[in-house]
Amino acid sequence: MLRRNLASLVMGVAFTIAGGLQSRAQAEELTIFWAEWDPANYLQELANLYTAETGVTVTVQTTPWPDFQTKAFAEFNAKGDAFDMVVGDSQWLGAGSTGGHYVDLTNFFAEHKVGDLMAPATVKYYAEYPGNSGKYWAIPLEGDAAGWAYRKDWFEDPKEKEAFKAKYGYDLDVPKTYTQLRDIAEFFYRPDKKQYGIAIYTDNGYDAMLMGIEGAIFSYGGDLGDYATYKVDGILNSPQNVAAVDMYRQLYQFAPPNWGKVFFQEDNQAITENLAAMSLNFFAFFPALANKATNPNADVTGYFANPAGPDGKPQHAALGGQGISIVSYSKKQDASFKFLEWFIKDETQKKWAELGGYTCNKSVLESDAFRKATPFNEAFYQTMFMVKDFWAVPEYAELLTQINNHVYPYVISGEGGSAKDVLDAVSKEWVDTFKKYGRGG
Amino acid sequence: MAGVLDTSPAARAVTRGWSDLTIRNVFIIPTILFLIIFNIFPLIYSLGYSFTDFRASVNEPANFVGLQNFRELLTDERIWNNFWVTAKYVIVSVGGQMTVGFGLALLLNRAMPAKGLITTLLLLPMMMSAAVVGLFWRLLYDPSWGPLNYALGLGDLAWLSNADVALYAVAITDIWMWAPFVMLLSLAGLSAVPQHLYEAAAIDRASAWYTFSRITLPLVTPLLLIALIFRTMEAFKTFDIAYIMSTQPTTELISIKLYKFAFQEWQTGKSCALAYIVLIMVLAITNIYVKYLNKVKER
Repeated sequence: MLRRNLASLVMGVAFTIAGGLQSRAQAEELTIFWAEWDPANYLQELANLYTAETGVTVTVQTTPWPDFQTKAFAEFNAKGDAFDMVVGDSQWLGAGSTGGHYVDLTNFFAEHKVGDLMAPATVKYYAEYPGNSGKYWAIPLEGDAAGWAYRKDWFEDPKEKEAFKAKYGYDLDVPKTYTQLRDIAEFFYRPDKKQYGIAIYTDNGYDAMLMGIEGAIFSYGGDLGDYATYKVDGILNSPQNVAAVDMYRQLYQFAPPNWGKVFFQEDNQAITENLAAMSLNFFAFFPALANKATNPNADVTGYFANPAGPDGKPQHAALGGQGISIVSYSKKQDASFKFLEWFIKDETQKKWAELGGYTCNKSVLESDAFRKATPFNEAFYQTMFMVKDFWAVPEYAELLTQINNHVYPYVISGEGGSAKDVLDAVSKEWVDTFKKYGRGG
Repeated sequence: MAGVLDTSPAARAVTRGWSDLTIRNVFIIPTILFLIIFNIFPLIYSLGYSFTDFRASVNEPANFVGLQNFRELLTDERIWNNFWVTAKYVIVSVGGQMTVGFGLALLLNRAMPAKGLITTLLLLPMMMSAAVVGLFWRLLYDPSWGPLNYALGLGDLAWLSNADVALYAVAITDIWMWAPFVMLLSLAGLSAVPQHLYEAAAIDRASAWYTFSRITLPLVTPLLLIALIFRTMEAFKTFDIAYIMSTQPTTELISIKLYKFAFQEWQTGKSCALAYIVLIMVLAITNIYVKYLNKVKER
């Protein structure tokens, strides 16, 4: 009896193991790690098409944005193979490449002419590290940038137009400069009616607030430093940047109350809940505003690209979006390369755009079909040719904490002295940080 | 006569229970091994890292830097500011919890209808997840659609965006969540006070204050001190509620700073050093409390 039981137990275990091995041999599985948002769902839909074509199962695993960086790097640092590919932030390129976490895609880029297929800014910021080195670590996947949504019905109201012209001396329209943006925000700021001028990013947990401030800095003609020489002093605390940071603080005065820790969700709510006339957000979050099911004001919501500096030029925007990289600890790198080969094809990119993903493919982006597909695609198209980004060095998170530490209290509470004092303090800390890591002269 | 004893081997094993050797092998050794692997080993390993410039996110070996991390941290004004914020938070939060918790216990330590139900309901906050509590109170504090300002007639007071108020807003949430814990321990202490002491005080016509200060408080103090030790240690380490509710520099507790060093900036060596500084501080404070508790018990 005992012998028979043992025999059946051994057989059961053997069948289980054999079954497991067989299923492994039959169906290969790839895992892509990304943040939890709509584009990740679109990518899963796209990946399902790949599964239908090849039989390789691709799972897009997600985590909430605030945990994204922490979870991804915890896995990298443990040299874990939980993810075969990661759709990482552009700032991660330095840490991902120098830390040995990303597979070098330079040969893949050359072989498949990826540089010619994708929009130049997306190749520069999502794929290449160090800048101008010709070394590539990611394939541009989700193009994104900061843009603006606004209430068309408020802007087009004849009474509002008349009152605005009487007060400011020019027509109420989509703002072309930051000065106009400020005027319009001030004009619509009516706290007694629970109506406010503008909704901007203020969450300093990661890079949200900085995205908003960067937009102002770049459009004012400023920069965050010289990315080639690591020179910061005199650039970060330039008069243009001082004026831009001061402008962001002014804009905050016209935001709804308790707007000191907000990101994309709240900024979209500002439009859906009739709170603000204009709202800053990444284009990737605008589909929710164009959808009547999630925005009762969808029909009267318009979109515009980040305005220019006070003189009408230059006009830039902060870059969002991500590239997809192969994780060097993955045991399925060959299968991952095959997936990327499929992903960069023109027809896949077209499908990606149709599903709602923001393709970085030049020909798809420039097509009329794409530019007219949604009310905000035209603004997105214009924006993607004027984007600039934050530092992508391995110690970017330290730089981020340092600028948040100084600029956040200034914008929200007016603490830390003047905008110049604040940027001087950040500049000093950034110089020290670069010195600590042996960068620059 | 109770009956005939069953002396079969099986019955003897049941009666005898497990031997000391078995208990050691089954319970004590695995527990000690678990503690060594998951607590002691990382503790010692991280002590080693605290003397290096190790960064977990880059593929570079750790270099020994001596006391540099400790020196940098202890001379950094911002770190001291984090400690100051933490100290303020601990005082306000634990002070509030002790006052509210003990007050509730005094109210409940008398005959009243539905006393059991009320006690259970009051205990609910501490059974909730801190993350849920933080998100829930963020909504309550919201000046646009939160009910708190409306109920208190506070207009547009931005609790969590106002640098002067944010820390207190977080502390109020912590008080709401953890005052029931103090209440529970206090109730245990109050119910253990012998009734004859109150009867003697009543015969002597002692005032309510005299009864409270000479009978109730001294007898409950040991349990209150235990609550104080637990809550101070926990408040010193608070992360979740403060992290979820506000990103104001005025609410950046030392544990949040530690998290940023360790998992956002990946300054592993420096974060280990800071963790040790925090550990030593918590141990020192706890030690003071424990000594005081022993003195109280000796009286």
